[in-house]
Amino acid sequence: MQHVWIVLGVLFVFLNIAAGLIWVERRLLALWQDRLGPNRAGPLGLFIVLADTLKLFFKEDWIPPFADKWVFILAPTVVVASVLMGLAIIPFAPGIVVADLNVGLMFFLAMSSLGVYSIVLGGWASNNKYSLLGALRGASQMIAYEVFMGLSLMGVVMLSRSFNLTEIVAAQEKIWYVFLQPVGFIIFFIAGLAETHRLPFDIPEAESELIAGFHAEYSGMKFGMFFIGEYLGISLISAMTVTLFFGGWLGPAFLPPVVWFFLKTFLFIGLFILLRASLPRPRYDQLMAYGWKLLLPLVLANLLITGAVALWLKS
Amino acid sequence: MISHLRTMWLVFVHLFHRKVTIQYPEQRVPLPPRWRGRIVLTKDPDGGERCVGCYLCAAACPVDCIALQATENEEGRRYPEFFRINFSRCIFCGYCEEACPTYAIQLIPDFEMAEYKRQDLVYEKEDLLIDSQGKYPGYNFYNVAGLDAGVKEKGKGGNEEEPVDIKSLIP
Repeated sequence: MQHVWIVLGVLFVFLNIAAGLIWVERRLLALWQDRLGPNRAGPLGLFIVLADTLKLFFKEDWIPPFADKWVFILAPTVVVASVLMGLAIIPFAPGIVVADLNVGLMFFLAMSSLGVYSIVLGGWASNNKYSLLGALRGASQMIAYEVFMGLSLMGVVMLSRSFNLTEIVAAQEKIWYVFLQPVGFIIFFIAGLAETHRLPFDIPEAESELIAGFHAEYSGMKFGMFFIGEYLGISLISAMTVTLFFGGWLGPAFLPPVVWFFLKTFLFIGLFILLRASLPRPRYDQLMAYGWKLLLPLVLANLLITGAVALWLKS
Repeated sequence: MISHLRTMWLVFVHLFHRKVTIQYPEQRVPLPPRWRGRIVLTKDPDGGERCVGCYLCAAACPVDCIALQATENEEGRRYPEFFRINFSRCIFCGYCEEACPTYAIQLIPDFEMAEYKRQDLVYEKEDLLIDSQGKYPGYNFYNVAGLDAGVKEKGKGGNEEEPVDIKSLIP
């Protein structure tokens, strides 16, 4: 019975966070641009979430006649489903985890890679040249960044000797892995940015070149699903960053573990939004070059050194 | 990398900058007195209409949003029979105000003219006439015009000499 409550709780909390991020992002972006942002509907403008959702529900849910209908409908659900699956392995506090898998980290990597199907299928099924270009970019970006996203986490695995996230958090009791694996953390975060295709790495979307890229043909709640998927992705990457590098629920005892976890997570969500507010989008080839030529060698070197030190400490 | 971090820091610091937003219905933009907003028709100090129905405003209007019909009362004073401004056409350029020889038509600092029906943006004379002299207090056109239109007799106005008797040779 407790499992059911945890599952429902995680679903409830994260879907609400994803919806609430509409407001958070708009307010934060506005504040960083010397504006106020939505502050009219309800207290602090919080009801903008409600208004936005209602608006999405009442918009015309149009399927283009030239689209591949079933794939077109299926595509937006993939990203939400895969990200929600990814959230299953995150330990929010001791004992509060949906699935305490012994290959949790692998499961997370697998699920976050599956999200790309959403982009590829959506772009392909739209039967629109911009969408297809967006899908193409999304796929190549995902392949490029997925490689060293996994590799950047292997340092953590080496140090904690486990793929289980609960054990990884427990292993950070003495010192957070961000201090032992700073390069791993930075590269994981950059890869996470690319994984969620957020700005500055939103080249599958690239509204200035591809109009809206892979979701150019989507409207109504189907578009909303892509939106929610993106925000869920932000939450997932932030939560994973906290779990793997910032000690998850660990923190001074005056606050309960769950509160520490969400406090840290929101800090990273804020960082995601700050990155959107400050950095311009690189060109497509620059992004690829950056990934393959700079970050991949860097992460391999990091892995090599971590392994060497780990072996040296063992012997 | 350093420049990226610097950019992020500089953007973050904007959190504490003063916001430029003016929260409109509560806070208002200070409008200068010569702001070109709603068009009004002003009145003389003694309450008569200033407009003499010369059609210059209608002629000057680049979007042809002013329509009027001049007429005359029994004292010979010209006034518009109707005066209609279509504010859904008006571009608030102020040419009508510049063209007006009697300071009758004026643009005032008011822009809150939103309506639900387009037809309601067509203002008739009774909507346009205000009980004020606008930007030129004390000015009365018929006081300085050479014409007797019930305001003053011929030759009794400001800067005006008595009419010359053209039938007489006496200086």
